[in-house]
Amino acid sequence: MKVLVPVKRVIDYNVKVRVKADGSGVDLANVKMSMNPFDEIAVEEAIRLKEKGVATEVVVVSIGVKQSQETLRTALAMGADRAILIEAAADVHTDIEPLAVAKLLAGVVKEEAPGIVLAGKQAIDNDMNATGQMLAALLGWSQATFASELAVEGDKATVTREVDGGLQTISVALPAVVTVDLRLNEPRYASLPNIMKAKSKPLATKTPADYGVDVSPRLTVVKTTEPAGRKAGVKVGSVDELIAKLKDEAGVI
Amino acid sequence: MPSYTAPVKDMQFLLHDVLKVTEAGIEGYADLDEGFTSAVLEEAGKVASGVLAPLNAVGDREGCTLENGVVRTPKGFKEAFEAMKQGGWTALDCDPAYGGQGLPYLMGTAVGEIFVSANMAFNMYQGLTHGAYSAIHTHGTPEQKAMYLPKMVSCDWTGTMNLTEPHCGTDLGLMRTKAEPQADGSYRITGQKIFISAGDHDLSENVIHLVLAKAPGGGEGTKGISLFIVPKFLVNDDGSLGARNAVSVGKIEEKMGIHGNATCVMNYDGATGWLLGDLHKGMRAMFTMMNEARLGVGLQGYAVAEAAYQNALNYAKDRLQGRAVTGAENPDAPADPLIVHPDIRRNLMEQKSFVEGARALTFWGAHLIDRSVRQDDEAAEGLISLMIPVIKGFQTDKGFEMAVQAQQVYGGHGYIEEWGMSQFARDARIAMIYEGANGVQALDLVGRKLAQDGGKHVMAFFEMVKAEVKAHDDDARMAPFAEALKTASKQLQQAAMFFMAQGMKNPNAALAGSYDFMHLMGHVCMGLMWTRMARAAFTALDEGRGDADFLNTKIATGRFYMARQLPACAMHLARIETGADPVMALAAEAF
Ligand SMILES: Cc1cc2nc3c(=O)[nH]c(=O)nc-3n(C[C@H](O)[C@H](O)[C@H](O)COP(=O)(O)OP(=O)(O)OC[C@H]3O[C@@H](n4cnc5c(N)ncnc54)[C@H](O)[C@@H]3O)c2cc1C
Ligand SMILES: Cc1cc2nc3c(=O)[nH]c(=O)nc-3n(C[C@H](O)[C@H](O)[C@H](O)COP(=O)(O)OP(=O)(O)OC[C@H]3O[C@@H](n4cnc5c(N)ncnc54)[C@H](O)[C@@H]3O)c2cc1C
Repeated sequence: MKVLVPVKRVIDYNVKVRVKADGSGVDLANVKMSMNPFDEIAVEEAIRLKEKGVATEVVVVSIGVKQSQETLRTALAMGADRAILIEAAADVHTDIEPLAVAKLLAGVVKEEAPGIVLAGKQAIDNDMNATGQMLAALLGWSQATFASELAVEGDKATVTREVDGGLQTISVALPAVVTVDLRLNEPRYASLPNIMKAKSKPLATKTPADYGVDVSPRLTVVKTTEPAGRKAGVKVGSVDELIAKLKDEAGVI
Repeated sequence: MPSYTAPVKDMQFLLHDVLKVTEAGIEGYADLDEGFTSAVLEEAGKVASGVLAPLNAVGDREGCTLENGVVRTPKGFKEAFEAMKQGGWTALDCDPAYGGQGLPYLMGTAVGEIFVSANMAFNMYQGLTHGAYSAIHTHGTPEQKAMYLPKMVSCDWTGTMNLTEPHCGTDLGLMRTKAEPQADGSYRITGQKIFISAGDHDLSENVIHLVLAKAPGGGEGTKGISLFIVPKFLVNDDGSLGARNAVSVGKIEEKMGIHGNATCVMNYDGATGWLLGDLHKGMRAMFTMMNEARLGVGLQGYAVAEAAYQNALNYAKDRLQGRAVTGAENPDAPADPLIVHPDIRRNLMEQKSFVEGARALTFWGAHLIDRSVRQDDEAAEGLISLMIPVIKGFQTDKGFEMAVQAQQVYGGHGYIEEWGMSQFARDARIAMIYEGANGVQALDLVGRKLAQDGGKHVMAFFEMVKAEVKAHDDDARMAPFAEALKTASKQLQQAAMFFMAQGMKNPNAALAGSYDFMHLMGHVCMGLMWTRMARAAFTALDEGRGDADFLNTKIATGRFYMARQLPACAMHLARIETGADPVMALAAEAF
């Protein structure tokens, strides 16, 4: 069984994000970019499936600017077998919307016929949490989102999902789209020999036209603003005062 | 607790804009494209920040322990060492014939900086092993190489270097450890070695000691010294481990810094050893690794300063204290961040311009070593041999000074242990002492290297600097760099002339100025590097490549160094030209 893992190049989680002066988005020029952390978890899980003998091949795909190649090489260095880059934008500030990404992925799925698409639950830049679900709908496949455990047996996958207030375990028929959550695994560091091997692993470059998909935006960003700064707190004199405030002012108890 | 982020962008700039590695025409360099070096440095950075840096304070606090003859490293070191091994990092620039990855020494240097910054004491276990690997690789018989190298490349076995004895540090001619030949071709090694870094520990299955000792018939002084391989556990013909050898740890030293690295007294009580290289040529065998070993220590100097600087910078941005003299910059808060104050800026700029300049000098030095080793380039070999005492002495002196300055940014919080800044200063201190104390580096530079091969290498150095100055005649933007470099290099030449004129009739005059000369030359080397970096930055800006903010910052940092640090050259020259008299005026008993 093949596993397909979409990976997105996003602003590094350590970078302090700055909103562009005109409010049109965040500044990405010359900012450190890395693989979306949830996608890293998905790549790790795919490689583990291969190491367990469940998967036979791990294919990673990225949609975006040319520099996404680096992100794909990172996935190859972790242990993915082969990469596909769909060059869909020239400017690093162009974000391809979830629906367009889902359509492109559906195109890749038709060509590659994977048994599972393992995706991050969301990308940490826009936090849309939509691509995996849209892809499942387009393909008419089962979906299991927010996975914190995954076991594949025969033509079924058992997935433990992180839901409000607890964990839910479901069984889905394969092929399926599984989106992964933070606690599924801890991604490995790529070893130096694997970084070197990644140089010569195949990386195919495609365009949206190859899949007949129009990636022009359907959404309009009205405004991007920094989160409001936290207001100064107040010091309370006693426990009684605290309880009174929680009751009367905050209304939480 | 301090944190660390690998300066990948700066390293990439050096590799691709300054050194232009893919066009350098050195074996193995063509493969070092931007994507690849970035992937390697980023991943090394992840391991450094995620695994090594969090253990730095742990190592400092816990130190190593010796109980019933067994040395234990601090908690977590074993797992981290395993991660380094599994990641293949220990094999980076080793020979593929023995399981190495075969990357150039330059890449080993860049990755090495990252690991040293994150945890200097930890990285020494691997660093010493690499030194021993190099010695066996260069001087070993095919059988010795097959027996030891694969295990040392993987760091399943680690290595040590045993030179120092209680009465013999700088002056190895006083050595007493004896080697007696045995009928089977081995030697019995007897004596005591002290201060042996990574002498014993719980990170590897075996420790391969390289020991300098005197075998009969070699004569007096350093001439009679030979180099021996003395494994902790004897190795059977099939490669498995045999009996414990007669080598033991007498004690481990309590010391100022690098607590995570075990500094051991090693007792050799008739231990079995095998000759490495030629009999009575042990010093020569050690010398062939000297350049790499000393460059590695020069690297420790600025790598620790880099880690200290990163934290001092963050602190200067966070800590609110005092108001900017030109008016409040942070009016909503009771005070401005430290970074608004000109004296804090001076401090930070001194750190930043030193660290980036030293990184450039070290990378360039590593590239010269690759050129000399991989291309058999004698000019490169001559140049790097000349500069090694400068890279070692200047960079470790300044590295310590800058770590102390980083500590100063923290005020009282720099002095207490909680913030970790004291550790950087304490750790950086040893680099000025071991691998040849800095005074001895100055002696090597002035007493040996200047006159080596009829002064050919220093002349070549002056020519190179002259050419660099000339190359920017047509670019007014480069004037602050070219002019300062020209002045400084003239001062250096004048100092060298002074030594030449005095040297024969009054050798004390040359040696009294040797330390100043080492620093004078250090500043000239840094000036040369900043000139090259500024040139590369202007070119990238002109061509619209790269991050303009980064490049402009680079140029401004270089201007700072040229304007504020190169003037030290005049002071050093003035001191040198006073000769021996002021220094030697007092008779020893008058002190
Ligand atoms: C933590 C630590 C780790 C070490 N690791 C190792 C190791 O792994 N292997 C190993 O073999 N050794 C190791 N050493 C030893 C180290 O290399 C020596 O301490 C160093 O070579 C200096 O020798 P010494 O201490 O005997 O000082 P000395 O030789 O007594 O020198 C004392 C001072 O006198 C100066 N001096 C000496 N001779 C001259 C001269 N002719 N002209 C001008 N000045 C002179 C020196 O510059 C120095 O400042 C280590 C030491 C320490 C502290
Ligand atoms: C071991 C020890 C003993 C001590 N004993 C005492 C004691 O007995 N009693 C007592 O009251 N205190 C004591 N102190 C505190 C000590 O006096 C302070 O640490 C010192 O005054 C610096 O204050 P700070 O640590 O808050 O540093 P900060 O004030 O935060 O200064 C940090 C750095 O910023 C620089 N800086 C700050 N403001 C400016 C400015 N306007 N312009 C330029 N640079 C600036 C400083 O030079 C310093 O390098 C002690 C501290 C230690 C570590």
